[in-house]
Amino acid sequence: MIHPEAFEPRVSSVSAPMAVPMAIQSLRARIDTIQSGRRRARTALAFGIRPLDGRLPGGGLERGVLHEIAGGGSGAGDGPAAALFAAGIAARTRGKVLWCLSRPDLFAPALAQVGLPPDRVIYVEAKDEKTVLSCMEEGLAHGGPTVVVGEAARLSMTASRRLNLAAEKTGCLAILLRRWSRPNDAADFGRPTAAATRWKISALPAAPLPVPGVGRARWRVELIRSRGGETADLELEACDETGRLAFPSDLSDRSAAPPAEPARRRARA
Amino acid sequence: MTAADGAARAGGLRVGMAAATATALVAELAAEEHDPAADAEALEKLAFWVLERFSPIVAVDGTDGIVIDSTGADHLHGGEAAMLEALVGRLAAAGIAARAAVADSWGAAHALARHGGDTVVVAPKRHGAAILATLPVEALRLLPETVEALRDLGLASIGDLLAAPRAPLALRFGEALTRRLDQASGRRSEPIEPLRLAETIAARRNFAEPIGAAETIARHVGRLVVALCADLEENGLGVRRLDLLCRRVDDRIEAVRVSTARPVRDIARLTRLLCDKIETIAPGFGIETMTLLATLAEPLTPHQKLAALTEEILPDVSSLIDTIANRVGAERLYRLAPVESDVPERSVRRIAPLAPENGESWRLDWPRPSRLLKRPEPIETMALLPDHPPVSFTWRGVRRRVRKADGPERIFGEWWKRDAELAAVRDYFQVEAEDGERFWIFRAGNGEDMATGSQRWFLHGLFG
Repeated sequence: MIHPEAFEPRVSSVSAPMAVPMAIQSLRARIDTIQSGRRRARTALAFGIRPLDGRLPGGGLERGVLHEIAGGGSGAGDGPAAALFAAGIAARTRGKVLWCLSRPDLFAPALAQVGLPPDRVIYVEAKDEKTVLSCMEEGLAHGGPTVVVGEAARLSMTASRRLNLAAEKTGCLAILLRRWSRPNDAADFGRPTAAATRWKISALPAAPLPVPGVGRARWRVELIRSRGGETADLELEACDETGRLAFPSDLSDRSAAPPAEPARRRARA
Repeated sequence: MTAADGAARAGGLRVGMAAATATALVAELAAEEHDPAADAEALEKLAFWVLERFSPIVAVDGTDGIVIDSTGADHLHGGEAAMLEALVGRLAAAGIAARAAVADSWGAAHALARHGGDTVVVAPKRHGAAILATLPVEALRLLPETVEALRDLGLASIGDLLAAPRAPLALRFGEALTRRLDQASGRRSEPIEPLRLAETIAARRNFAEPIGAAETIARHVGRLVVALCADLEENGLGVRRLDLLCRRVDDRIEAVRVSTARPVRDIARLTRLLCDKIETIAPGFGIETMTLLATLAEPLTPHQKLAALTEEILPDVSSLIDTIANRVGAERLYRLAPVESDVPERSVRRIAPLAPENGESWRLDWPRPSRLLKRPEPIETMALLPDHPPVSFTWRGVRRRVRKADGPERIFGEWWKRDAELAAVRDYFQVEAEDGERFWIFRAGNGEDMATGSQRWFLHGLFG
């Protein structure tokens, strides 16, 4: 199987966000105004996790652009963690969420557990992926829902541009969950798209508990691509009941780079 | 005797019998006086019911049938077969035994519904005349004396008629026979004159020159909507179902139907919904008349959007819902609502996207997976009985070693609803494999008693 990791540059481990000099900041603002034209000012949805927010332009997940999220590891095809990551983002907004899918296997109680109650989510069960993308575009262009989530295996440059343009007009947060049933489709994730950020969420073994049990899930959150920002690779605790991620308690008390990290990655590669 | 229900037919009664013979055969016969006028009226009422719910083009077919042009309407009900099932099912619920068929032509559908054998017949697309070959000649909507004469000649089935030379047939039985034959096999078109309620609000445009270009159609749709909305406003109504009928020069009617979740009278929104569908209209040699009908209209009352100035206005999504519902079908657009059931696959039900919000949610004290498999998949496991989680399991050919586990969460069958689940038990475990992936697995049964389940293990969901 071609692993999507193979197409992406590696990122160094957890480190404190660099302070952005004033000059760079003002330059960025100017570039933004040139790029945006008559586009409305963008706002961002912060994760509340400094190393992550610091690397994203705007200090969080930008509204009005497309974000791509995929699952990693052996469960990449179904991406249960990626779906919850998206649900957690949606849970931290207000208003309706439009969720377009072609395989209806999303279990709504789990969404409620990360703070996305059933009243807020409207599902569109499209018959194929093309319709998923067109329904997403419709939702983004309408602007009624605050977040539009879609599930698709393939995303072409053209399709992603269309979604971006539709999102730009209304300032909706667009999220595309990449899920594939064949390993070959995973290679498609390496192709360039117009998405502003690209994430990969994979499950990690949770911290051992003093008693038998599984405890809070832990994810490896990789920000593989970020337009106008930096990449990141963090180990985080999964969404809680309000959709918030957290730093693992055993890591946050330690120095920035956990010693176990590089060894484990070599083992995986 | 003009009609007999299932029970009467089982008693040996046949249509056409004398009333005295029938009473002699079945002593406790409940007979009603034949009232053709009342029958026709009831049939028309039924046709209006179909018109409101299923398709824009509906007409009464003879004395015992309804003909529906489902083009452009079946996708709203999930396809032709699903639409027929729904139609027959809802009629059965109302106590009407109905048979339905869908075919390429009115004639073929008429024949298949009455003589096709099954209650619901869906003929394949472009079936031609072959599908009718085995049906009796009565299926062709001929006069009784013509049928009689054909049978005398030994022509019992439509296949016999098709094989026979046409010219002598036409000479002997007149043009009616060949016309019916052609109509049934789809060689000759047969327009359906749609049924209309007199009070339906409508707007109509006739064209001196037939129109065909998409832009032209869109322009006229816009004007029709403006006229219709003015009429609706006068009556204080909004549309729930809007039909656009385009009569072509060859007398065929191309129909477009759009539905809305709530009554609407917004010109821009209705125009948009209709214009989305223009590509489904085949103008042929041109359209000479366009009619826009508010088939289902409901009172539209202004409602207060904001209760207090401090409240945040959440944008209205109903127009988006209409747009998407008319594109993918209304049943594919839904919200999920909790159901009081411990069985995971039954704990979710679909409700309309604009159903009132009641703040209900599931109980959140037990972990639930973010992806639930359609059907629990059997896994091979190694586990200690009775209440230990597996040490390892094999799912879809991959063996995973279990590192951590939580459980069991025991879920009992709904014995108060289903007898088969009287003793059924599932023991759910949340397990974490070596690489951190989490799965929701269960054992059918309590690990000891075979009455509670097969004691086999299944994987039911994936945790995020």
